Amino acid sequence: MEYVDYYKILGIQKNATADEIKAAYRKLARQHHPDLNPNDPEASKRFQAINEANEVLSDPEKRQKYDQYGSDWKQAEQFEQAKKQRQSSGAYSGGDPFGGGNPFESGGYSYDGDEDNYSDFFASIFGNRRRAQRETRFKGQDIHASFQLNLSAAYKTHQQTFTVNGKNIRITIPAGVENGQEIKLAGFGSPGVNGGPNGDLYITFDIVNDTAFERKGNDLYMEAPLDLYIAVLGGSEIIDTLGGKVKLSIAPETQTGTRVRLKGKGFPVYRKEGEFGDLYVTYRIQIPNNLSAKEKDLFKELMQQRKKQ
Amino acid sequence: MNKANSISVEQCCFFYRVEASFIQSLEAHGLLEITQFGDQRFISHDQLGELEKYMHFFYELQINMEGLEAISHLLHRVKHLQGEIKRLQNLIPEMYPR
Repeated sequence: MEYVDYYKILGIQKNATADEIKAAYRKLARQHHPDLNPNDPEASKRFQAINEANEVLSDPEKRQKYDQYGSDWKQAEQFEQAKKQRQSSGAYSGGDPFGGGNPFESGGYSYDGDEDNYSDFFASIFGNRRRAQRETRFKGQDIHASFQLNLSAAYKTHQQTFTVNGKNIRITIPAGVENGQEIKLAGFGSPGVNGGPNGDLYITFDIVNDTAFERKGNDLYMEAPLDLYIAVLGGSEIIDTLGGKVKLSIAPETQTGTRVRLKGKGFPVYRKEGEFGDLYVTYRIQIPNNLSAKEKDLFKELMQQRKKQ
Repeated sequence: MNKANSISVEQCCFFYRVEASFIQSLEAHGLLEITQFGDQRFISHDQLGELEKYMHFFYELQINMEGLEAISHLLHRVKHLQGEIKRLQNLIPEMYPR
């Protein structure tokens, strides 16, 4: 556990006045507020540190204690233990010196009811207890979760069961869901504060490619090996797509790197039943190996024939 | 929006301990949608998260209504751009190795 310099976090001098602390906090809070920096976990961490610094420095009693013990928090621990001993023996009869109030009056920030989220350093000096329960009802915290889904599974509409807060939720995942796509399950977040409504659950899909295809939007790309003789003379080849096997007609003298488009054989379009992207197949011609003597002779003959033309 | 998935403005003000004028201002600035059912006005549950966000901005960060309007607009743009980045990442995976 490291010493946390709350003055440094707020960018103020040790002799800063209450107004200076308030101004510094407001300025930083406006910069790093999680609601102003969506999807930035670093901003949340910075904001938590700023909030914690403000909680201590804006309260004269806490500030005094921090100034006294802050740089040597181990003494603070001993202080707390001694205080607890006095409390348990009945010698200490003081009330809670750090009781909170209406969050709108305190000037402090109370985010999503997650009030135990202090650093270990803070907990060591001030104890990691909740602030006074307020009467205001708040919607519960939204939960953001990610769910790993294989690309092959995202190809078909299917049902998936999640366990959230001990409850099983069965949801339908429509075909064509994209990597990073978010769905909202209303009311499946954390319980509301003081009887407020539950938060929502947001699930972000993390699509893992478990196939030989590359997905770009709704189109799929693949490379298909092509037999040399079929490439030269033409013919047909059967390839596997996510929707099943497809027979391809190969034109004579097909070159390696030739790309063909199979319309409607790509990935399903999200929430548009029956609509699919395209599949692009790039041929890679396979040169035969382990040639027999006769095959080599025939290739030489072909080469001579080619030179004569 | 239906009545079952919404809360009356009156109840909302009571639970959150905010003035009705605050809700009215949010509506006037296009930040909150209020629907009338009979003689009562309601806010959908879906908007409560947004409402709380505006409460934090207004009461704790002391940002005025015009500021909230600007923030709301910019946050929508950030969200749109983040979605666009994700879409491009999916379209050009070779440029964004995972």
